[in-house]
Amino acid sequence: MAIEVPVFHVLMLAGVLFLLGLAGVLVRRNIMFLLMSLEIMMNAAGLAFIAAGAVWGQPDGQIMFMFILALAAAEVAVALGIVLQISRRFDTLDIDAASDFNG
Amino acid sequence: MDWFWLVPALPLAGFLVLFVTEGKLPDKVVAFVGAGSVGLAALVALGVGWQFVASGQSSFSLPLWTWIAVGDFTPSITLYLDSLSLVMTGVITGVGFLIHLYATGYMWQDHEEPKGYSRFFAYMNLFVFAMLMLVLGDNLLTLFLGWEGVGLCSYLLIGFYHRDPANGYAARKAFVVTRVGDTLMALGLFLLFWEFKTLEMQAILAEAGSLTPGMATAVGLLLLGGAVGKSAQVPLQTWLPDAMAGPTPVSALIHAATMVTAGVYLIARMQDVYLLSADAQHVVAVVGLVTLLISSFTALTQTDIKRILAYSTMSQIGYMFMALGVGAWSAAIFHLMTHAFFKALLFLASGSVILALHHEQDIFKMGGLWKKLPIPFWSMAIGSAALVALPFTSGFASKDAILLTAYDNGGWLYWGGGALAAGMTALYTTRMMIVTFFGRSKTEPHDDSKANMWLPLVVLGILSIGGGWFGIAVLDDLLGPIKSFSHFTPLALVTIAVPLLGVLVGWLVFSGRVNVSAVVESGLGNGLRRYWHGGWGFDWVYDRVFVKPFVAMARINKNDVVDLVFRITAALARGLHYIGALTQTGRLRWYAANLGLGLVLVLLIVLEVL
Repeated sequence: MAIEVPVFHVLMLAGVLFLLGLAGVLVRRNIMFLLMSLEIMMNAAGLAFIAAGAVWGQPDGQIMFMFILALAAAEVAVALGIVLQISRRFDTLDIDAASDFNG
Repeated sequence: MDWFWLVPALPLAGFLVLFVTEGKLPDKVVAFVGAGSVGLAALVALGVGWQFVASGQSSFSLPLWTWIAVGDFTPSITLYLDSLSLVMTGVITGVGFLIHLYATGYMWQDHEEPKGYSRFFAYMNLFVFAMLMLVLGDNLLTLFLGWEGVGLCSYLLIGFYHRDPANGYAARKAFVVTRVGDTLMALGLFLLFWEFKTLEMQAILAEAGSLTPGMATAVGLLLLGGAVGKSAQVPLQTWLPDAMAGPTPVSALIHAATMVTAGVYLIARMQDVYLLSADAQHVVAVVGLVTLLISSFTALTQTDIKRILAYSTMSQIGYMFMALGVGAWSAAIFHLMTHAFFKALLFLASGSVILALHHEQDIFKMGGLWKKLPIPFWSMAIGSAALVALPFTSGFASKDAILLTAYDNGGWLYWGGGALAAGMTALYTTRMMIVTFFGRSKTEPHDDSKANMWLPLVVLGILSIGGGWFGIAVLDDLLGPIKSFSHFTPLALVTIAVPLLGVLVGWLVFSGRVNVSAVVESGLGNGLRRYWHGGWGFDWVYDRVFVKPFVAMARINKNDVVDLVFRITAALARGLHYIGALTQTGRLRWYAANLGLGLVLVLLIVLEVL
């Protein structure tokens, strides 16, 4: 017997997750934590898609989640390369160290 | 006659060869290319002329290609030969070749300019090409192309010795002053195109009768503006004396024989338009008469031999304009031809004198040269005789024709002015001859001229004497009746006597047999002399009315007042850029926070909370 979860609750959960991720991005200075926060934000967005797909009975939401997964994998591949470069160049993982590119 | 296109093409080829080799050719080859191309063109022109006269056609056109095709406006490059352009072509290539030949010697020792020899002949060949396009083009656009082309070459050659800033100034002055006339002429061409929807000369002349009198006057006066600028007539004459800064063969070719007579050619070509407007024709005659008088008085006071000849050129072209104005078209062209002969001769002979005296041009530093420089002296004497219009010279035949027609068609005023100027011409020419060649020797000449320098003098000397008979015999048929020696009325006898009287007075005064120093040194005499010496104050007035205010305005506007608008725009953009740059902190988290804030803001706006 399936338990009906109200869509409002799911969206609330997704919103809370998204804000948590955003707060992590804004507050943390360690790049690894930054990336993890980004991951949380993307999963929050994915959750919202799933919920919406379930409500309308459409497969689109799940397809979008697949895309987000692929995107996250690609993003991590690139981001880890950048992280490696930053740690080599600045000898730290503090993102604020890489602020040479200011106007 | 299909190889007629070779006439302008040969000098162009000569120019291109000299231009692309950039002065790397040895001087002997340069001389061969430079003078040879014009010489060949002269031979071709002679052959074509012979065929043309023998064929008995009144005109012949040779379409080459379409220049531009814009809607109905399709000016073509077409060479058009009739008696008028044939005479002009003959003068340009024939006299042009003699001058080129002379220049191979004159410029030979000229080491002032590196590669100057090649550059000189490149410009000269380009000039001959442009001048030929001017007289051979069958539409006014081609004529205008040649018109501007000769103006460019004139500018380049006046400023040939460009190391001296004064020569550059003279070149710029010539360019700018003639540009004033060219602008008027361009306006005239626009008017003609507006009226006829074509610039082809024969089409325009055929339908010229449909012009209203007002329009005919407007067109006539605008074209006269161009002619006045190019032919150095009042009020745009001030550039010609300064143009003598160029090498002497340039003065002979461009500023005596060919380019400065382009205005005469233009008016003679468009004579049907002038026939429709008595006012415009009258203005042409008055311009000629005024120039004629002003410049012959000025020539009397000059001391630089080339400036004397320059003023004399202005006055002789004044005769041509007067002839055009009174309807003596053929006499004007006749005088154009004889003037090309004797004025080229005078310039080349004076060039020999100048060269022999190591670039001394002041006649009062010459003197006693007639035995030491026999060929220049006799050339100069023949040229002077023709200029003065002594009987049995070419100048006599043409000037006589102009004066008698001026009396018949214009009346006492034109005849009297012309005769007075003829007397003055005799006076200043005698002064030039006596001061230069007789009296005490002041500078030792050094004559090493070769055959290529004296041969042109001899040929031009023969033409200066015999050209008149040739003109009477051939031009009479080609161009229309020339009134000369047609009647021996008392008036004609006076016309003959005036120059003789002038020579007599000149001889008495300048050889010191009659002492006139009391008159000359008096207050009035001195003042007049200084006034005339300055060219009747035209330069003075233009300097104050145009040059000085313009320079003052330029000085005020040194910081570009007009650019203020654009500079404010630039400052604004720079300020905004500075503010924008402040947001670029380089901190990733700051960007992310702004991104989030912006997103919230957009959401609030979309949800219409704000």
